[in-house]
Amino acid sequence: MATRQLGAKKIRVLPGFKLTLGFTLFYLSLIVLIPLAAVFFKASELSWPQFYHDVASPVALASYRLSFGLSFCAALVNAIFGLIAAWVLVRYNFFGKKIVDALVDLPFALPTAVAGITLATLYAPNGWIGEWFVPLGIKISYTRLGIFVALTFIGLPFIVRTVQPVLADVDAEIEEAAASLGANRWQTFWRIIFPTITPALLTGFALAFARALGEYGSVVFISSNIPMKTQITPLLIMTKLEEFDYPGATAIAAVMLVISFLLLLAVNLLQWWNNRFNTRALS
Amino acid sequence: MTPAATTFSAPRRAATQRRATTTEPPFVRRLLIAITFLFLGLFLIVPLVSVFAQAFAKGFVFYFQTIRDPITLSAIKLTLIAAGISVPLNCIFGICAAWLIAKFDFHGKNILLTLIDLPFSVSPVIAGLIYVLVFGAHGWFGPWLSAHNIQIIFAVPGIVLATIFVTFPFVARELIPLMQAQGRIEEEAARVLGASGWQTFWRVTLPNIKWGLLYGVILCNARAMGEFGAVSVVSGHIRGGAGSLGTNTMPLHVEILYNEYNFTGAFAVASLLTFLALVTLVLKTWVEYKNTALHGTAFTPVPVGKK
Repeated sequence: MATRQLGAKKIRVLPGFKLTLGFTLFYLSLIVLIPLAAVFFKASELSWPQFYHDVASPVALASYRLSFGLSFCAALVNAIFGLIAAWVLVRYNFFGKKIVDALVDLPFALPTAVAGITLATLYAPNGWIGEWFVPLGIKISYTRLGIFVALTFIGLPFIVRTVQPVLADVDAEIEEAAASLGANRWQTFWRIIFPTITPALLTGFALAFARALGEYGSVVFISSNIPMKTQITPLLIMTKLEEFDYPGATAIAAVMLVISFLLLLAVNLLQWWNNRFNTRALS
Repeated sequence: MTPAATTFSAPRRAATQRRATTTEPPFVRRLLIAITFLFLGLFLIVPLVSVFAQAFAKGFVFYFQTIRDPITLSAIKLTLIAAGISVPLNCIFGICAAWLIAKFDFHGKNILLTLIDLPFSVSPVIAGLIYVLVFGAHGWFGPWLSAHNIQIIFAVPGIVLATIFVTFPFVARELIPLMQAQGRIEEEAARVLGASGWQTFWRVTLPNIKWGLLYGVILCNARAMGEFGAVSVVSGHIRGGAGSLGTNTMPLHVEILYNEYNFTGAFAVASLLTFLALVTLVLKTWVEYKNTALHGTAFTPVPVGKK
């Protein structure tokens, strides 16, 4: 092993280092890095008062609040029901389990525009689901509740798919030990299993939250896009683009990008914690 | 206990008892399964059924009329072109990046891994906007492009670029962990035995990674054909027709039909995309099944990666 590593460092046995490094960096720069840098360069061309005016206008501030609030709520609901779904899929046997398991990925596979028009129609006052809420005086489509429904839909697989493998790896012997020491089922879950899956649950939550923050396609149909009320930040950027207000759109996009990068950093830290947690638990 | 219970053999009773300590009472189990079915049913199955119900609301004749409309056909063609260019390009990139990261040691590997994942954390709207800022009329290359009569934004190249961006990490992120786990020994052995670099790749590496590659391609293709937000920003929303391609992909065509209150038409086109999503899920499950079946055999390379 040691000699192999030494060999790999000194003389590279395998060819193609320069070729693959060159192509990877070229393609990455061309498609991702240079265009993303354009946002920050274009935003820095704005004068400070203008940038501040765009980024901190009442409409923009309301859109951040709405985006963050609704994404948080949607991720929270997904965390609860996603955990239950992951639990059921890992631990119980029931009819149609394989199909349910495969269907969990539907929000990843279904184009967002299709999800958008379907949810908007379903939750409209005359829709299959929306009509049940009319007698209660609750409107879902074209309100904030509708945006919440769309964001919950698109975030659904994240929690299930991050918690599932970790839950499957929980050693039955640990649970047996807990039971033999007198813990009841709830204590075993709360004190033994839950702490083990917490990093995965938080990772899934952060992924669902980040996805919801940037979501556009499924929301645009179910939201009435009224500034200050039902306009989330991606919709605000799109509205500015349609009005050819490119500087304004760029300024808000720069803020959103910074937030996305911070979230990405948080997810990486969580995953690192998750790995460390599991390797420590194993050893 | 019924008398029948006492006739069970001892080990079996022990098994039941052991199971009881590490599972929940039946009513809790049933409750949790019911909650899962209710939640997933409400959010996944009802929408799925409703797409097809709405699509056929005006009957089969209207459905096939919408699908065979020249505008729809040109949208389908453009979607196929965008996916047909972006998926192979991202495939080549994914293989290159995975080879680089799995087979060599160099500084900055973790930064490179994070950068490859970057497009996943960017909002689709921003993914479209960045190309407008680079290639648009007021963008960096805008004046030069218009002087040379090349149009990228509000035209097909912009749509292809935006599609490449949003599907950028799919293949790479599938292959990198796989090739890292497989290590370098097999390729090094092939080299020592006299195979050339390409021979090593085609005869040793590719057969090892083919299922992972297929998995990445399936996911990449689903996203490429379904992308809406990013493509919407860079598309000119020009309808195609009998002779021209236009700049409407299938998801954009769904939006236009929906906004024109042609709901049945919108759902008819949407049903094609939904069908594609279902095919994607079936293929994905099949590849996962194949992969686990392979893992059971002796062909699975021993993980010798450094991590």
